[in-house]
Amino acid sequence: MHDVAPINPWVALAYLVAGVFFILALRGLSSPASSRRGNRFGMAGMAIAVVTTLLTHELANPIEVIGAIGIGAVIGIVMARRIAMTAMPQLVAAFHSLVGLAAVAVAAAAYLNPGAFGIADAAGQIFTVSRVEMGLGIAIGAITFSGSVIAFLKLNGNMSGAPIILPLRHVINLGTLAAIIGLVAYFTFDQSPWVFWTVTALSFVIGFLLIIPIGGADMPVVVSMLNSYSGWAAAAMGFTLHNTAMIITGALVGSSGAILSYIMCRAMNRSFLSVIAGGFGADASAGAGGAKEQRPWKPGSADDAAFLMSQAENVIIVPGYGMAVAQAQHALREMADLLKKEGVNVKYAIHPVAGRMPGHMNVLLAEANVPYDEVFELEDINGEFAQCDVAFVIGANDVTNPAAKTDKSSPIYGMPVLDVEKAKTVLFVKRSMGGVGYAGVDNDVFYMDQTMMLLGDAKKMADDIVKALNGGGH
Amino acid sequence: MDFIAIFSIFVLACFVGYFVVWSVTPALHTPLMSVTNAISSVIIVGALIASAAAGSPLSKWLGLAAVVMASVNIFGGFAVTERMLAMYKKKER
Repeated sequence: MHDVAPINPWVALAYLVAGVFFILALRGLSSPASSRRGNRFGMAGMAIAVVTTLLTHELANPIEVIGAIGIGAVIGIVMARRIAMTAMPQLVAAFHSLVGLAAVAVAAAAYLNPGAFGIADAAGQIFTVSRVEMGLGIAIGAITFSGSVIAFLKLNGNMSGAPIILPLRHVINLGTLAAIIGLVAYFTFDQSPWVFWTVTALSFVIGFLLIIPIGGADMPVVVSMLNSYSGWAAAAMGFTLHNTAMIITGALVGSSGAILSYIMCRAMNRSFLSVIAGGFGADASAGAGGAKEQRPWKPGSADDAAFLMSQAENVIIVPGYGMAVAQAQHALREMADLLKKEGVNVKYAIHPVAGRMPGHMNVLLAEANVPYDEVFELEDINGEFAQCDVAFVIGANDVTNPAAKTDKSSPIYGMPVLDVEKAKTVLFVKRSMGGVGYAGVDNDVFYMDQTMMLLGDAKKMADDIVKALNGGGH
Repeated sequence: MDFIAIFSIFVLACFVGYFVVWSVTPALHTPLMSVTNAISSVIIVGALIASAAAGSPLSKWLGLAAVVMASVNIFGGFAVTERMLAMYKKKER
């Protein structure tokens, strides 16, 4: 064991309290009612950690430190206020990249000045355990940074969502990973700068290489995965600094991101490995356009939809990301309000991948003042379609496709879907009959006898239904 | 603290994380991401130590840069989470 300066028990206790507050912050999110209290716990935990650090370290120049916090606070708060809810995935990816880069900066600072962190002996030799922790910390931080930058560019549309496939990419990736692991091991024998900086550089490269082959449809998994990495980076730095708040937080965030990735993979029936291997969505558009048989379908108008829904007892609305892209959520909520006034029982059914990140659609509906107790998850509402009079699908497609249950040759076979075909009537709002969903497969729901296709822009259609409900009813 | 003590905390915290995160309602998964993002910026502790330490100017500036980045995340992450959570309302009865 090495001789670290004895830690003041009160300081250790303060960091432990901060860690516990972070656990309570996540615990609060078990229901919307307790969630805001949870968020306050998170803020309090962070305040305890920061104040404890400031009080127990001689600040060389307090003005610089306060200034740095101030600059960050202004940028952060302005971003948080201005961001559109549809752009949440980009914002989260951007934040992840900052955690990654901050971890790299801290690990580099610790490498350059190990004495200040109490991780080196008198001769300036960094302890062996600390070298491993530091090497892992900078590697995970750098991967998080460059991976998140690519995810941000793809989500923000600065870069095509199409996967970029390099020849021999698996060989290159595995080789780079092996080199990083090998160099971190070698770092324990030789703390020369070239080893440390080569690990850093290779890690930036591998983060970039890992994300470029992943297609736009898999981005919810990627964002969750990078969330997880940012946690492991914090945990690795916590090991280096012997800080319980960082270790607890890192473990919480790491498991949180891992669980969210798992949930997203399950919702798309994709294995985690196949997402990481990438390439999904590459040939989807090629297969779709070709020889497709013309099948009869029934068109409908906003007036038809208004009449059918106002006569119904139960209506389930199935929103998809197309609804949010068209900014139709407010018109949709207005439509639901008018139906409720007519005595119709309205519910919303959300597929886990309805948005562009886990829980995204729920936020978009909440923003449009849809009460959260009218919004149901797939498992909770799927049994109710058989008893519902109208299923109103708006901006969603693949998540309603029954082929996922029956057609073994379908690319989405095995994916859990919403059973809209069991409703007495299906109203399907869609831009045109030509387009297909992300997976590029046709949907049998379009051609069923009880389906009425409402072709047009989602927002305009919802507005027209609202008009028809206002004018036609009384 | 020796490595095993720290490692024990880490392993137990992973289990706590596992159970706590599964109890988060799926409707709040986006706020979960933004708040985990904010709290993972507790690495600001390491950044503050680096920026406070004398000895290596480069190390100090790296620390200050990390303080700015982590602060963006802390304030931005908590603020955007608060903004989202404020939108979740129950049905008026």
